[in-house]
Amino acid sequence: MYVKQLLRRCNEILSPKGQVMKRTALYEEHIKANARMVDFAGWEMPVQYTSLMDEHKNVRKHVGLFDVSHMGEVFVRGEKALETLQYLTTNDVSVLNEGQAQYSLLPNHEGGLVDDIIVYCIKKNAEYLVCVNASNADKDFAWMQKHNKGAHIENESGIWSQIAIQGPAAIDLAAKVLGDEVRSIAGFHFKFINYKGSKVIVAATGYTGEKGFEVFVKNDFVAVLWQDLIAKGKNENVMPIGLGARDTLRTEMKYSLYGNEIDDTTNPIEAGLGWVVKLTKGDFIGKEPMQKMKEQGVQRKLVGFKMLDKGIPRHGYKLFSLNNEPIGVVTSGTMSPSLDEPIGIGYLRESVSSIGSQFYVEIRNRMVKAEVVKTPFLMRS
Amino acid sequence: MKYNIPEDYYYTKDHEWAQVDENIVTVGITDYAQGNLGEVVYVELPEEGQKVSQNEPFGVVESVKAVSDLYSPVTGTVIEVNSSIVDNPGQINDDPMEEGWLIRIEMDTERELANLMKAADYKVLVGKGK
Repeated sequence: MYVKQLLRRCNEILSPKGQVMKRTALYEEHIKANARMVDFAGWEMPVQYTSLMDEHKNVRKHVGLFDVSHMGEVFVRGEKALETLQYLTTNDVSVLNEGQAQYSLLPNHEGGLVDDIIVYCIKKNAEYLVCVNASNADKDFAWMQKHNKGAHIENESGIWSQIAIQGPAAIDLAAKVLGDEVRSIAGFHFKFINYKGSKVIVAATGYTGEKGFEVFVKNDFVAVLWQDLIAKGKNENVMPIGLGARDTLRTEMKYSLYGNEIDDTTNPIEAGLGWVVKLTKGDFIGKEPMQKMKEQGVQRKLVGFKMLDKGIPRHGYKLFSLNNEPIGVVTSGTMSPSLDEPIGIGYLRESVSSIGSQFYVEIRNRMVKAEVVKTPFLMRS
Repeated sequence: MKYNIPEDYYYTKDHEWAQVDENIVTVGITDYAQGNLGEVVYVELPEEGQKVSQNEPFGVVESVKAVSDLYSPVTGTVIEVNSSIVDNPGQINDDPMEEGWLIRIEMDTERELANLMKAADYKVLVGKGK
């Protein structure tokens, strides 16, 4: 325990304003690559290396590397691991076999969301890895411990780094560096692979809509793996990708971002995440309120929309009906680098949320017309 | 990082530039500002004939990620708007100090120029990374 705390400590530095900022083990690589660094959830992270547009398009066309070491890794082990996770999460963990992963949610007692997560089954009934958001890592760990049903829960975020390899050329690049074995990893499956004497977890998951992997690797090996991927990825046109493009890539897929689309007060049904709420699996936190929501229906719905007149929707902008009633709010909005037009995600009153419905986005005191569209905004294989 | 900061321009602390020709002031955003914003994808500018005031917002520029207000370096009347910028906002990144100009203002009083920064002072400001 002491060693882990010490390791953590070494990754922390003081920001110019005096607060403690954490650095990933890839910090030096970002500085060498001239990245612009920003504070993200207390971490000093690269927001952009060259240009957000170029980075975004490179992931859609070729392949990109993301340092996502700030994400948290919580291990749930022991005889009561499955029982504990079944109670803590909304998806059915019992269907997972060794080497399989699932998207899931950590609900609170009111049916709101503590976090959205991915659960990886390392050993059925005995060992699971839960990958959590950086901004929620400490909160999640405390929550999981508080509602533990007898498992050994450990926060190993301090010793794990994570690289995401995403894009049409991601599998070829990963195969070159990690071996052809990775080619056989199906979506939402993972394998332990030996990399230069270290065991890494290669998972076919991501946050871009592209093919690719998220690789869990110990801090000591992550810089070597990163350099290896960059060096061997020349033919694949590999690029390091900042958090800026990470956000526009996920927005194009209408993937939720905790703090924008979902938080402690949003319920998964209105957020369109009802598919990971398995009411038949037995008791879990927040089950009753979620059952009610499913039965009674929801007041508002998360939709994707495009602008019919000029303007870019942004987080927090208000939505109005065509007769100027307030009917919702924008959760995320951006100029889509792939489509070269503004796109938005937001909560709309349920009765006016069908595809083709028109409404106004209030942009700097102007009412700008928009229309609900099918999502994802972009179809990817 | 080297920025293009012409000697004969005036600057605001909000990173607009003003180029003065008698009582006509051409306004844009600085090289430093465009570099920090990233690709400009949307610009909102006032109409010709509109009044603007020193240090007051007159429009916005938006990058993929961020919205930034534009502040007028002087008080006066907008006499010309760079309409090609509205159709092609990327021009602000390509040539912020010349072709990427935003509006021309007929200023009310030259005295306000004393409130603006000279190139030497602006270099100090961006040198500190503000």
